[in-house]
Amino acid sequence: MIQLTIITPDQKVFEGEVEEATFPGANGSFQVLKNHAALVSALAKGTVSYTTKEGKKAHVIDGGVVEVNDNNVVLLAEKVIG
Amino acid sequence: MPNLKEVKQRITSVTSTQQITKAMKMVAAAKLRKAQDKILKMRPYSQKLTAILDDVVASMGGELDIVYGEQRPVQNVLVVAMTSDKGLCGAFNANVIKASNYLLENKYKDVNITVLPLGKKALDNFRKRNFKLIPEFSEIFMDVNYDSVRVISEYVMDAFVAKKFDKVVLVYNHFKNVATQEVVAEQFLPMGGDVVANSKVEEKAESDYILEPSKEYVIEELVPKALKTQFYKAVLESNASEHGARMTSMDKATENANDLLKELKLQYNRTRQAAITNEILEIVAGANALEGT
Repeated sequence: MIQLTIITPDQKVFEGEVEEATFPGANGSFQVLKNHAALVSALAKGTVSYTTKEGKKAHVIDGGVVEVNDNNVVLLAEKVIG
Repeated sequence: MPNLKEVKQRITSVTSTQQITKAMKMVAAAKLRKAQDKILKMRPYSQKLTAILDDVVASMGGELDIVYGEQRPVQNVLVVAMTSDKGLCGAFNANVIKASNYLLENKYKDVNITVLPLGKKALDNFRKRNFKLIPEFSEIFMDVNYDSVRVISEYVMDAFVAKKFDKVVLVYNHFKNVATQEVVAEQFLPMGGDVVANSKVEEKAESDYILEPSKEYVIEELVPKALKTQFYKAVLESNASEHGARMTSMDKATENANDLLKELKLQYNRTRQAAITNEILEIVAGANALEGT
């Protein structure tokens, strides 16, 4: 399991354990699974999706940055739509 | 001696004023809580952003070469003055305007100045005088959120990159605590060292992040975000300070009304007493006169 946190300047959108998460990277989308190497990536406009125990969820973000470190994933987005 | 009716009228009017100031204080307190809440909500974002930026800058050896940090000879200055839309908040607005005036008349008196007022009070004040104005954004405090503030900071940053301004200064009330605000003039652009604050190179040398798509790209994405966050923080602080200032000044007004009421009540009772004494005197005098016959 990985710990995913999605934050914007206005609110915390999501915090919890997920099995996987897919991000719209600046050079194409990529998936993060357990024990991913430490990574900082710029994101483009697109859909972030992740799988929790309850099922799959998705948000559309307006660009952002994601940091992966030791099964902690933090997504900083300026704006989350839906 | 004022007559009874007059004093009574004044008491009623002061009482109703007091009710208004009391209500305004309560409203300000509620709004202050909301404004503080916004600052708290923004904190994790800005902290994480600074942390990532520090890591990335450290991994580059601390060297940062970016358009937003470009130092140019200062010819055009933009002053962003943040006030409120409404008055009745003590010296809150006056302080910002005083501080901006000081900048305009002393520090930058030989260069071209443009003022970007945020909040109606600043707009009204600077419109009366002959400064170049950017009035489009003055209504930001109607509804403070990141999205609307981002539009302004992006505008300012683009103008800086386009060399329309060589320096951008923010003048706003720093939120120290509920009762104290402190006017600060903070350099926004060119970016100083404080956005990428304490990136101690040797300490964080072990950060072995993979940077996607490239270091330069990530930096170019992160730095504007950090700047926008800094701008947003200033707006939020100003907003919280406004409500704090209004709360304290309304509290003082309520207290003053109380003092005034005390005095008026004393006067009222004195007048009443005098009237009664007078009446008794008249009755006694009347009775004496009757007895005499």
